[in-house]
Amino acid sequence: MEHNHASSFMDEVSSSAPGGEALRTCIQCGTCGGSCPSGPDMQHTPRQIFALIRAGERDVVLKSNTPWYCVSCYYCTVRCPKEIPVTEIMYTLKRMAVRDKAFDDSKAPDFSKVFIRWVEEFGRSFELGLMGVHMIRHNPFGAFKIMDMAVGMVTKGRMAFTPTRIKGLDGLKRILAKAKELEAQA
Amino acid sequence: MNYTYFPGCSLEKNAACYDASTRAVAAQLGMQLTEVEDWNCCGATEYVSLNLTAAYSLIARNLAQASKNTSTHELVAPCSACYLNLRKCDKVLGQDPKFAGRVVQALAAGGLSYKPGTLHIRHLLDVLYQDVGLEALAAKVTKPLRGLRVAPYYGCMIVRPEFHDGGEDPEAPTSLDEILKALGADVVDYPLKAACCGGHMTQISEATGFDMIHRLVKSAADLNADLIATLCPMCQLNLDGFQGAMNRHFGSHFHMPVLYFTQLIGLAMGMSMREMGIGEEIVDARAALSRIGSEMAAEAAEPKRPRKDDKALPMPAPLKRA
Ligand code: SF4
Ligand code: SF4
Repeated sequence: MEHNHASSFMDEVSSSAPGGEALRTCIQCGTCGGSCPSGPDMQHTPRQIFALIRAGERDVVLKSNTPWYCVSCYYCTVRCPKEIPVTEIMYTLKRMAVRDKAFDDSKAPDFSKVFIRWVEEFGRSFELGLMGVHMIRHNPFGAFKIMDMAVGMVTKGRMAFTPTRIKGLDGLKRILAKAKELEAQA
Repeated sequence: MNYTYFPGCSLEKNAACYDASTRAVAAQLGMQLTEVEDWNCCGATEYVSLNLTAAYSLIARNLAQASKNTSTHELVAPCSACYLNLRKCDKVLGQDPKFAGRVVQALAAGGLSYKPGTLHIRHLLDVLYQDVGLEALAAKVTKPLRGLRVAPYYGCMIVRPEFHDGGEDPEAPTSLDEILKALGADVVDYPLKAACCGGHMTQISEATGFDMIHRLVKSAADLNADLIATLCPMCQLNLDGFQGAMNRHFGSHFHMPVLYFTQLIGLAMGMSMREMGIGEEIVDARAALSRIGSEMAAEAAEPKRPRKDDKALPMPAPLKRA
């Protein structure tokens, strides 16, 4: 029973990441964690996450801050002796955590969601909208810390005040709606 | 040399000087850039954190749009995140037919199609290095960057997965070093050249994000670099835009300008600072750039380290005489 439970979580993770099957061959060498620039701030190193996946510790893994502290630098991916696409697995864990609403600190998933909301609505990203919404929700006092930067960005003409809307927005929306439908079935 | 050009969202505004300098330099070098028609955001690192099929379909729409330009298969992106996403999407669609089937269906809902492998997706650095080449670049230099100490910064997304079609070391790349040398710059041996700038980490965990920025800026400053040359809008924004906030976080006082490598190429080719968008950076680069041409400054900028052959024992500082 325990064994089935464990292997099913491994199945789920390895089948949802491009090239994820390689995860089964992890030799726990720790090269990934040793290469990771955010390793010290992660609750579990990537290697530990992979051991937990193998042990079927679904809750611990999906509640961990580890994937959200991954900056997708691909150091682990190029260094892993088993050619495991570690970065892709981190993305996969993020998706699973979002789907299961497992990750407690909503700040990181929220950043992705707000970013994407503009993209889905306009076809392009919108920095000012993103920073504005994110800061107000999660770090209202932090805004002061980057005030000089924000002023600089505006005075130097680096901040757009309105998002750009692509021409083929209707088509894009149909594409994304279909994609989401297919993802839900997969 | 004919290319389809994917500028990406950052180059529209926040990195407008990267776009302007890229276009100006390309024109001088005889490259024709045709912008992808009605392109959309590549989703950065955010969409793939939420929905795999939607993330790849968003990217694939760009590939479909880009492949409409049948005069060339070469697609060039100056943003490292866009480059990586476009290239990764093309590769994954080619390798995983089942997943590709879903993306194809999604594209079809928008009346589009793309056959994996149609486009050859490349970063601007790769194109300038391999297609234009160092000789042709050097031949266009009219104002060599002599005396300017530059730290070549590649960041992570561009070099890691099979950059230059696998021809460059993922951790110790050299093409940007070579380009900067061809411009006459004094290129610093920058140990963190391929380290990560932290991406959006300042928005998730300030301490983690600022630490990554601090490491990169401090290393360049320790090596007496006058400025950092970058090729990614995210790296530029982090190192330049957040440098002030990082300084406050650490109580440090770094003033390390961060320019796009295309801006430096343009300057070396004799184009004006204004044309290259110099001045749009938050950490002012003008003082650093004034060092160009001053060989004396280059001498003075050598790191003041104790000489290796200095056998003297450490001595107490001499007493000050009134
Ligand atoms: S580097 Fe690869 S093999 Fe080693 S622990 Fe990490 S994932 Fe496993
Ligand atoms: S890609 Fe993510 S997990 Fe891998 S080394 Fe970089 S930050 Fe760490």
